[in-house]
Amino acid sequence: MSGAALVLRQLRFTNKAFWRNPAAAFFTFAFPLLFLVIFTTLFGSADIEINGNTISVATFYIAGIAAFSVITACYTNIAMSLTFARDLGILKRVKGTPLPGWAYLAARMLHAVAIAVLLVIICLVFGILLYDAELPLSSVPAFLITLAVGAACFAALGMAITTFVPNADSAPAIVNATILPLLFVSDVFIPLQDPPAWLDTLGKIFPVRHFSEAMQQVFFPPPGGSAFRLASLGVLVLWGALGLLVAVRRFSWEPRR
Amino acid sequence: MITADPAISITGLRKSYGGVEAVRGIDLEVAQGEVFALLGPNGAGKTTTVEILEGYRSRDAGEVLVLGSDPQSADPAFKARIGVVLQSTGTDPYLTVAETLELFGGYYPHPRPVAEILELVGLTEKADVRVTKLSGGQQRRLDVGIGLAGDPDLLFLDEPTTGFDPSARRSAWEMVKNLASTGKTIFLTTHFMDEAQYLADRVAIISQGRIIAQGPPDTLAGRDLEATVIRFKLADGAELPKLVRATAREAGDFLEFSTANPVYFLHELTGWAMAHDVTLEGLEVTRPSLEDVYLQLTGIGSEGAEGQEAEVPS
Repeated sequence: MSGAALVLRQLRFTNKAFWRNPAAAFFTFAFPLLFLVIFTTLFGSADIEINGNTISVATFYIAGIAAFSVITACYTNIAMSLTFARDLGILKRVKGTPLPGWAYLAARMLHAVAIAVLLVIICLVFGILLYDAELPLSSVPAFLITLAVGAACFAALGMAITTFVPNADSAPAIVNATILPLLFVSDVFIPLQDPPAWLDTLGKIFPVRHFSEAMQQVFFPPPGGSAFRLASLGVLVLWGALGLLVAVRRFSWEPRR
Repeated sequence: MITADPAISITGLRKSYGGVEAVRGIDLEVAQGEVFALLGPNGAGKTTTVEILEGYRSRDAGEVLVLGSDPQSADPAFKARIGVVLQSTGTDPYLTVAETLELFGGYYPHPRPVAEILELVGLTEKADVRVTKLSGGQQRRLDVGIGLAGDPDLLFLDEPTTGFDPSARRSAWEMVKNLASTGKTIFLTTHFMDEAQYLADRVAIISQGRIIAQGPPDTLAGRDLEATVIRFKLADGAELPKLVRATAREAGDFLEFSTANPVYFLHELTGWAMAHDVTLEGLEVTRPSLEDVYLQLTGIGSEGAEGQEAEVPS
């Protein structure tokens, strides 16, 4: 079987198993929408300015929660599910078969990306129907590329973080601690208006704000400007490459204990 | 006569973990079609050895060939020819038994039909049950089933029945016997003597990282040449005549005789007892069991008169 066929076959089984756990599947989808509803209800009536556009905060959250959806589906879910699979010995067993390790991981990543895309589409439909959001037709290429780059970057980082997680019990704590603070200071959960300099620097170093700003630019491009935020996409590619490097170098197929 | 290459050959294998030598120079050979048991107490180096053979661990020194390949190379063509049943591994809990076997079969170039595997491991009735719903014993049988998914030439079983109740152990043994009868080479590790005795053509005892004895279970470490022990309690006041060719000693209320000629000895003993109407209470005739040999060799049962008396010639 060719590499692609192996990955697709593995993907099929991964997907089957995913939907067999309806509670987990339901909350994977409900979680970002819950945040969307809560934040727009709390802060949605004000107006803010993004890239020279004045928009309602409710509309802002479509971009923010789209970014959040990708981050939970890719970073959080991959990090947790791989750590659990590692602790249960599932990874070790797979490693004893002729299936190349990369094919197994690629299937996991593709599944996470597919879930992320589905989530973003749900967010989008929700936003268009309820919050007057719109995705300009000219932004569609930028939307797809930003989505793909972000999903790949956070999936790679999700694999990389598993190499710092000693066991499944500590996975939720470590994964949340590495991502939640960033979500609060990176223009995802709260619009970032005139942040202090250190917070600004923090946002420029880590990938989360680059991703949320790239998403915003897709929805609200500067008048007459491009929907691609190339500098941010570049930073995401760098983080993704770093994540992949760490994952390849340090990934463990056996429980670390 | 055709001399086939051995399925496994190991020379001078060594492996340390952080300064502790888990395996200290092992030499072993397993022939094709053989059921081979590596027997030893916990922490003796069994799992380290078997995981080196399976390609999970690198080695520090020595030569290892499994089916003609170096397992360290992690070659998919090599992995396609072995089946691995690890001590504790999971599977996706939400797939069914049949789906799991189908999934794993797909990793191999020549998978064994799922229905056949189900039959072999006795899970036909559980085919459409999710893995989460299986009992411990059924789960272990699925583990073996997954090990067979690629129709391997060589199957590794790392402590296949640990945690089983006696009847589950029996049925697992029958399953392994079945597999062996189809000509597969089986390499199993265990710390159960009876398991090695029942299943294996050949046994090696490992202790503290070294092989301290190997051979067929019936003759291991000269077990078959050992003196037979005859013990009984003599009724009060009875005076035993001088019996030939046996050394006597007292063990509590019992008298114990070791003899190389039990037929002659017993004839004389029982003849005398019948003639004088003496009861030989609790009369017992024992040969050293594999367990005795094992306990002596691994040094676990070396205290007490019994162990010392029965010293094994090396």
